[in-house]
Amino acid sequence: MALLLRNGRLIDPAVGLDAICDMIVGDGRIVEIGEDLTIPEGEIIECAEKVVVPGLVDLHAHLREPGREDEETVASGTRAAAHGGFTAVCAMPNTLPVCDTGSKVRFLVERAEETGVVRVHPIGAATVGQRGETLAEIGDMAAEGAVAFSDDGRGIQSAGMMRRVMEYGMAFDAIVVSHCEEESLVRNGVVNEGAVSTRLGMPGWPAAAEEVMVDRDIRLAELTGCRLHLAHLSTAGSVALVRAAKERGAPVTAEVTPHHLFLDEDVLGPSYDTYLKMNPPLRTSSDRAALLDALLDGTIDCVATDHAPHALHEKEMEFELAPFGTTGLETALPLIITNLIEPGVLDWADVVRLMAHGPREAFGLSPVCLGSGSVADVTVIDPEAKVEVCKEWFVSKSSNSAFNGAMLLGRATEVLVEGRFALKNGKVVD
Amino acid sequence: MTAISCRHIISMDDLSAEDITTILDTAESFKEVNERRIKKLPTLRGRTIINLFLEPSTRTRTSFEIAAKRLSADAINMTGSSSATVKGESLRDTAQTLSAMACDLIVVRHRYAGAPQVIVECMEAHVINGGDGLHQHPTQALLDLFTIRQHAGRLEGLTVGIVGDISHSRVAGSLVPALRKVGATPVLVAPPTLLPARPDILGAEVATSLDEVLPELDISYLLRVQTERAEDMPFPSLREYARFYGMNETRLAAAKPEMLVMHPGPMNRGVEISSAVADSPRAIVLDQVNAGVAVRMAVMYLLLGGEPHGAAA
Repeated sequence: MALLLRNGRLIDPAVGLDAICDMIVGDGRIVEIGEDLTIPEGEIIECAEKVVVPGLVDLHAHLREPGREDEETVASGTRAAAHGGFTAVCAMPNTLPVCDTGSKVRFLVERAEETGVVRVHPIGAATVGQRGETLAEIGDMAAEGAVAFSDDGRGIQSAGMMRRVMEYGMAFDAIVVSHCEEESLVRNGVVNEGAVSTRLGMPGWPAAAEEVMVDRDIRLAELTGCRLHLAHLSTAGSVALVRAAKERGAPVTAEVTPHHLFLDEDVLGPSYDTYLKMNPPLRTSSDRAALLDALLDGTIDCVATDHAPHALHEKEMEFELAPFGTTGLETALPLIITNLIEPGVLDWADVVRLMAHGPREAFGLSPVCLGSGSVADVTVIDPEAKVEVCKEWFVSKSSNSAFNGAMLLGRATEVLVEGRFALKNGKVVD
Repeated sequence: MTAISCRHIISMDDLSAEDITTILDTAESFKEVNERRIKKLPTLRGRTIINLFLEPSTRTRTSFEIAAKRLSADAINMTGSSSATVKGESLRDTAQTLSAMACDLIVVRHRYAGAPQVIVECMEAHVINGGDGLHQHPTQALLDLFTIRQHAGRLEGLTVGIVGDISHSRVAGSLVPALRKVGATPVLVAPPTLLPARPDILGAEVATSLDEVLPELDISYLLRVQTERAEDMPFPSLREYARFYGMNETRLAAAKPEMLVMHPGPMNRGVEISSAVADSPRAIVLDQVNAGVAVRMAVMYLLLGGEPHGAAA
């Protein structure tokens, strides 16, 4: 059945498009884009005052299945993704058990087919059990659909092990995603090392603990030629290393999370709010400024959520015991619109670059565009819709958001995955 | 009108300079009670005080318990493990359980920073932080101020060297801001491996050489060196530590003749303090312990609504 998206502002810098026009979707593909289009029969979605962009992709989500289905499942996580405007999410392998073999990748692929509403791209573990000791079956996982490899949640502590992952992974065109955390420097750190760790009396997690590994992994990528993607950069130093590496032509891409862009350590205070406990931790306001600069100048390729759902009873523990992480799938787009589009820091073409094309290119996913013939992965955004971030807003099973209480502007109202609605009129379509 | 400006004493930030003076003055009157043959006042009769010590501590817990009992409060000690996974009950549930038993004041000692705040959120009772993680230990700072005032006759204008493992010390976390509030100058003295990331945030000056700053000091406040961690030591050996940061008779001779030596206990004799110094009249360590009871009586009394100063009348 045909579908007509009428009078939306269609934006896709990849095809030089920014115009108010119509789009016809049929058989999972974009059939035609133009003015005053009509369809003989089918559904018409009025998109006046709305922005229509290529479907957003999140490279970094923790879907928790298998193992912690109380926190999130493929079903709930993909619904949260659709609610947040994403047509695809990449699932990190730190589940129980760890996703470190082809059969576990296949489980996730099949689970996504059975229960998911958006695309799920599995990320396989780089080492067995994410223990950083022996190579995981990277080829097997790649053959079953893993799009990248990572021990995310932990850094690979041994430089030699990381080299081996990269070198071996090259045989399968692997993209290695590095969670940069030198544990001998982090130790039991829970907040950025500096003013806040001193004032609140908590073990510090220094910026250098990230930066030494960013530097190490860039050098190993240059040594081996392997494609490296750096997860959740949080410091000005990391950004400078990536900028220099890209100038040298190193095969490196990088992501930043909304929480590192829009929050810094100054929000931590005597309330010891565990929803603000992240890995890597919230950094300083000058780190935040550097991340934003890097987003603008292309040093950072994409925004990724690091969606980390956690059970309430675990987040209610003492700060030093509570798990790291915030949910992110359902707040990322509203935060970007509120904090960057509204004030004019970014334009919509930048959002498409950072949330649609950038992530696909970083992980080598099939490209989509707003052009006839393209797969119809499309996100429709109402930039004026009001969002109050609260428990009721979340479709995710968990509501441990660092942004609870925020009043935001802008949200996705429709999400099309291969021409099929995952979100329609702001509601998730099962 | 309450006698001090806060409901709880979680950190030194909760107390104004006036509050500190009120507490110290009130403690003076209780100190006198502690010298009587019958060391008990009826002041808090019928009030329930729980000492919730989720980290091992004998000295501090005993001090709070004696303080509560001398005010005739019903004092109950609860001990346990800080870790929810070990204990099988979350801190929130523990707090709500105690709240349901209708206690009036709770003293909490916990392995992790911020735990007293959780207690505050979960119960009606007044809360005193008896030491949380690496964060604060406000009654220790108050008893230190009391002891300094008692011996030096003043607080303003004094230079206090805090020597040793500052990064792992909640004592320094409270004492530094406390000294600032009363117009004294804290100087942190330690190798950088024992300093917090940003001592300037606490309002302290920093020195890495004890011998350089020693002539300036009115007080040498020696922190306990952690000798338990054999691996992962932040300095090469206890011997080397004693050589550069230990208070001994040679250093005592090089200091101002009136310089006093303090220690929050328990002392490692021969490491941060030599036995001769510990037993010398310049060391006022036992006066600190003595002051602890009076100061804890004062904060319990003031938080539970007593009038300032007039306690022992």
